[in-house]
Amino acid sequence: MRSLGILLGATALVAATSAGATELEVTHWWTSGGEAAAVSELAKAFNASGDVWVDGAIAGSGGVARPIMISRIIGGDPMGATQFNHGRQAEELVEAGLMQDLTDVADAQGWKDIIHPSSLLEACTLDGKIYCAPVNIHSWQWLWLSNAAFEKAGVAVPTNWDEFVAAAPALEAQGIIPLAVGQQSWQTSGAFNVLMVSLAGKDIFLQVYDEKNAEVAAGPDVARVFKAADDARKMSAKSSVQDWNQATNLVITGQAGGQIMGDWAQGEFQVANQVAGEDYTCLPGLGVNEIISTGGDAFYFPKLNDAEKTEAQKRLAALLVTPEVQVGFNLKKGSLPIRGDVDLAAANDCMKKGLDILAKGNVIPDPNQLMSPDSIGQINDLFVEFFNDASITPEDAQARFAEIVGNAD
Amino acid sequence: MGGVGVATSDRPINLFRNMTAKVAAIPMILTVLFVFVGGTVWTVTYSFTSSKLLPKLKFVGLDQYERLWSTNRWIISIENLFIYGICSLIFSFVIGFVLAALMDQKIRFENTFRTIILYPFALSFIVTGLVWQWILNPEFGVQNIVRSLGWTGFVFDPLYNADIVIYGILIAGLWQGTGLIMVLMLAGLRGIDEDVWKAARVDGIPAWKTYLFIVIPMMRPVFVTTLVIIASGIVRVYDLVVAQTSGGPGIASEVPAKYVYDYMFQSQNLGQGFAASTMMLLAVAIVVIPWAYLEFGGRKRG
Repeated sequence: MRSLGILLGATALVAATSAGATELEVTHWWTSGGEAAAVSELAKAFNASGDVWVDGAIAGSGGVARPIMISRIIGGDPMGATQFNHGRQAEELVEAGLMQDLTDVADAQGWKDIIHPSSLLEACTLDGKIYCAPVNIHSWQWLWLSNAAFEKAGVAVPTNWDEFVAAAPALEAQGIIPLAVGQQSWQTSGAFNVLMVSLAGKDIFLQVYDEKNAEVAAGPDVARVFKAADDARKMSAKSSVQDWNQATNLVITGQAGGQIMGDWAQGEFQVANQVAGEDYTCLPGLGVNEIISTGGDAFYFPKLNDAEKTEAQKRLAALLVTPEVQVGFNLKKGSLPIRGDVDLAAANDCMKKGLDILAKGNVIPDPNQLMSPDSIGQINDLFVEFFNDASITPEDAQARFAEIVGNAD
Repeated sequence: MGGVGVATSDRPINLFRNMTAKVAAIPMILTVLFVFVGGTVWTVTYSFTSSKLLPKLKFVGLDQYERLWSTNRWIISIENLFIYGICSLIFSFVIGFVLAALMDQKIRFENTFRTIILYPFALSFIVTGLVWQWILNPEFGVQNIVRSLGWTGFVFDPLYNADIVIYGILIAGLWQGTGLIMVLMLAGLRGIDEDVWKAARVDGIPAWKTYLFIVIPMMRPVFVTTLVIIASGIVRVYDLVVAQTSGGPGIASEVPAKYVYDYMFQSQNLGQGFAASTMMLLAVAIVVIPWAYLEFGGRKRG
């Protein structure tokens, strides 16, 4: 292991000295059409500033890319910068001293004052030092509805979760799947978290995910959420697609009534030339509690031995937060900017709803920021099982959920 | 180490005999010591710690194992491995041997048939898994074809039915693996002296009895080799599952190797992954050690 590390380090050194001094390799997992367009905005801006962006896209989702990134950093072959979801994914790397401290950049630019909501910066902070540059906000709490599907079923487009559940029989009578859910495990647990914050409220959500209070997790408020999850399970019984965008496609084509999915689903509607309000409806917070979580992406900068590269890293970190880059990047990505003082006039209806909620401060941290990947993995396992096996009662599932919460760190 | 009698009075010390052979073996011995044994010891040690993303020596006793055995997903993984293992073992042997016996009937175009049957083995598990994912998909594959032939009520969707999904994976595994087993068995059959067959024929023993009571017992070494190859394939089954179902529907087709990978790299919980891989090692050891004892310990008596 050690000698391998030295070997890899040596090859990296050779590569580094032969290349230009201010080339930075940036790894990320943004490979779909809209995502790639957004990344190229970052690359353009960095190249324009005089440095060279070497793109290191890793195909597959974060689950595939993260182990590769981590093993490169641990193995002594660090890249110039890398994407992670801000939160606890890189926590141990920071603790092990493998990440560049960005505090001086943050102080110079006054990140503390411009980054909104402040929880984004807190997720980058460890022991008072800042280790990552947040680039966008993605929120989960959206219900996407197909107007055509409800028209066909002869019911009004729902304005909240309860109306949606009530409309399910009418949809089913027309052969429409009421709720599209992909089979990947993060989708089911994500949908559950949305139900939790929307139906039980912010306080309960924080008590469960932030304070890890097992009693609350086993209590009556969360029991109601499990009841709703049971409804969702019944409504999605006929949905057998795998990927989230396939599920979104069912909504776009009117084969499904709706989908609970993050705002990245919006890109799919845009690609299909659908117009918010006319062809589809978006309900933040399921139309019950208008609240959004502030997960998203951030760039981390592994420590390098090359002083010039370190300077380039800091220049990139500073660049990512500037208003121009924020606007260019987030419009393409369909996500929200990390600062409230930029003008997003070109944003569509749903994005504007999101910006509005953000401005009001109705935000919660993402579970990724509160729980370790290990606990998140256990919750994913629980919900993918729950959604696929109708023999698990909501009560059993809740008991197991409470146990995971009780043991979480 | 058969003693090639160096029958002289000044017999050299044992250590320096076959010097070149021993020197040549040093790299392999070192590899075994440091990579295999060392790696195993390291893994087992760290399975008793609370290591998360990075290995840390913070011991927590048997916590990781307690959690492992109270995790539903692990239990399901073990059950799946058990079903897959038993079925794979039986069917590989039976199908492989029958194919080899048929191939051994001095048929025409034997080379062609042998190549066709062995060919799937040239494909990786990932490709095999994807191909069978399509074949078993109810909308494109077998079910659709049979329905379009008129049997509209025909249902065959093993990969979408939690109760039988592991058999869908088994089918793909057998398709890929039996060719190799057939070739091994065929080699074994060809190794049987022609005179044995002649003698059996003279005695008027029917062919199936000759196979069952004379040929198969004589093929014991081939069977042992085959067993080891199949068994190692069973324990490490991973890519097939990832390509066909990625563990679904739900967690119905999870296997231990996938549990290890997911916990080590996606959930960033090395301790849990190490505990699971230690259990896998233990399971292999329970099978291999008694067998090795019988196989190699027994030889000295003969």
